[in-house]
Amino acid sequence: MSAAENGREVLVRVKGVGKVYRRGSEDIHVLRDLDLEVRAGDFLALMGPSGSGKSTLLNLLGGLDRPTEGILTVGGDSIADLTPRELAAWRARHIGFVFQLYNLLPTLTAIANVELPLLLTPLSKSERRSHSEAALKMVGLGHRLKHYPRQLSGGEQQRVGIARAIVADPTILLCDEPTGDLDRKSGDEILSLLQELNRAQGKTIIMVTHDPHASHRAGRTIYLNKGQISDTMPE
Amino acid sequence: MMHFLNWFRQTLVITRFSILTIPQRLGASVTAIFGIAGVVAVMIGVLSIAQGFRKTMMTAGDPDTVIVMRSGADSELTSILSKEETRIVADAPGILRVNGQPAASAELFVSVDLPKRSTGTDANVPIRGVGPAAFRIRQAVKIRVGRRFIPGRNEVIVGCASEGEFAGLGLGEQLNVNGDKWTIVGIFSSEGGLSESEIWTDTVSLQAAYQRQTSFQSVFVKLQSPESYQIFKNALTSDPRLNVKIVRETDYYAEQSRMLTNLITKLGSIVAVLMGIGAVFGALNTMYSAVSSRTREIATLRALGFGASPVIVSVLLESLVLALVGGAIGGGVAYYLFDGYRAATINWQTFSQVAFAFAVTPELLVQGAIYAIVIGFFGGLFPAIRSSRMQIAAALREL
Ligand SMILES: Nc1ncnc2c1ncn2[C@@H]1O[C@H](COP(=O)(O)OP(=O)(O)OP(=O)(O)O)[C@@H](O)[C@H]1O
Ligand SMILES: [Mg+2]
Repeated sequence: MSAAENGREVLVRVKGVGKVYRRGSEDIHVLRDLDLEVRAGDFLALMGPSGSGKSTLLNLLGGLDRPTEGILTVGGDSIADLTPRELAAWRARHIGFVFQLYNLLPTLTAIANVELPLLLTPLSKSERRSHSEAALKMVGLGHRLKHYPRQLSGGEQQRVGIARAIVADPTILLCDEPTGDLDRKSGDEILSLLQELNRAQGKTIIMVTHDPHASHRAGRTIYLNKGQISDTMPE
Repeated sequence: MMHFLNWFRQTLVITRFSILTIPQRLGASVTAIFGIAGVVAVMIGVLSIAQGFRKTMMTAGDPDTVIVMRSGADSELTSILSKEETRIVADAPGILRVNGQPAASAELFVSVDLPKRSTGTDANVPIRGVGPAAFRIRQAVKIRVGRRFIPGRNEVIVGCASEGEFAGLGLGEQLNVNGDKWTIVGIFSSEGGLSESEIWTDTVSLQAAYQRQTSFQSVFVKLQSPESYQIFKNALTSDPRLNVKIVRETDYYAEQSRMLTNLITKLGSIVAVLMGIGAVFGALNTMYSAVSSRTREIATLRALGFGASPVIVSVLLESLVLALVGGAIGGGVAYYLFDGYRAATINWQTFSQVAFAFAVTPELLVQGAIYAIVIGFFGGLFPAIRSSRMQIAAALREL
């Protein structure tokens, strides 16, 4: 553990977490007795073979799914104890998701897509607008506010996705293969953007990726294999 | 308050998104809309028959007009009164008098067979023999063409509904009355009332033609006012020479219409319910596919922190919007096709033809809209619940 890490508070604490899916009569143990700590300001890359449970872990951290066992706290909140309604509000407040396929609403303009999370806040209409515009400017899309997703390139759509993830200033950014569907150049731009968010604004980022090139941009890379975390690449 | 505004805003966003994506699912949406439109059109169509019939029967009566029949008779057909009895009735207190003459018309009610214009088959047309006061009692009756009959000359006048419904009832044509040829000298209307389905002549001629001597079936009486009814009734019922029942004309026709309107309403409701069940399944199918086509978008919104109940409400709203559009189309079609459509049916109490117009009333249109809403609600409910129960993580995997 580096000296820089020691000074920062632990934001995410995963202790003894297991996740079992039932498929028919068969139990699939995707995660087993998994431990993980993420500090505020970390930029963490999560790697591992396909089907190893990376998305599963990310979904648990984002409160989209509940662990079968174990403790999962984010910023002191124990996620498993929240009711569905509280969990939705908690997600709105603390989590920004970036999806591999962007998941923008096709019938909304870029700025309207970015505005979506702000609809869950008490901000006024004009405040929402100015926040959304600022977020789009930050990702370099100040000139594309009124464009619909289908009028944007993949890289641009993912920037809109990132703007939407950061607009409400969440505690953590969770990215599931954010460059998985992009060419190298657009992917690099997205990674630079995430790096920038991490460095300049201290955003905590957890990013699932298959791309070693992408993981180099992160401050730390961990590997998921057979339901467990390790700091070294499994053979 | 903030809580509700927030919830309302979420619902609005999701609903707006759903509605905006309808064009991408136009086929299914249009199918559901027309399914519901069809149900509503048929329901309103059938019920407009009952409404039209009831309307005709209601306007058939006047509140200050009273029918006197033999007690125990439930219609004119089964009633019989002697000349003496009709005189006593005409002398009773409470009756309107003009120039000393009581407004009372002793009447005879028989029927002739005539071929229908539409099918050529024979049906019963009522002929009513009326007294001189009949036109004063039924002021709605107006001669449209020709003139009134002259008593004793074997002349008749024909109600305009009968004229349209049956062959051989035109002005100047000859009507076969129990073997004799009578002349049609006039066509009359009565503001859509029941008499429009009748043929009128004078009682004395009709008694002669049917060998009824001096027997009658009813006395129609116009009272001084609707309030004179009790005086009139008391006088007749306490008179030992009489054995009669007294019915207000409005009640008489309302009673006659009840059986048929009930039957039509019942049949119409059964048809509407059966078709409605079909339409609910159509709407269900549409809404299930509508919901599944945007699973990923709903999951995304849920991941962003949107709640489950706005999803439920938005799916329901979409379904209701489709249903209301369908209901509006169905109501419009029904109004266009059925309102004022003329038809005739048997008055089951007198076994004679009653002509009437289908009436698509505002109440029926409202009923149609409510029914569409019910269909839309059930069509949307289960898809809405399902979509709100989605596993967000699993739904996000779906492409
Ligand atoms: N809802 C579910 N029901 C049943 N099994 C599931 C479910 N979600 C995930 N799984 C299974 O859990 C395992 C881990 O899935 P997960 O998506 O987390 O893997 P991953 O590491 O993200 O893979 P990839 O790199 O391909 O995205 C897989 O075997 C998957 O089939
Ligand atoms: Mg994955």
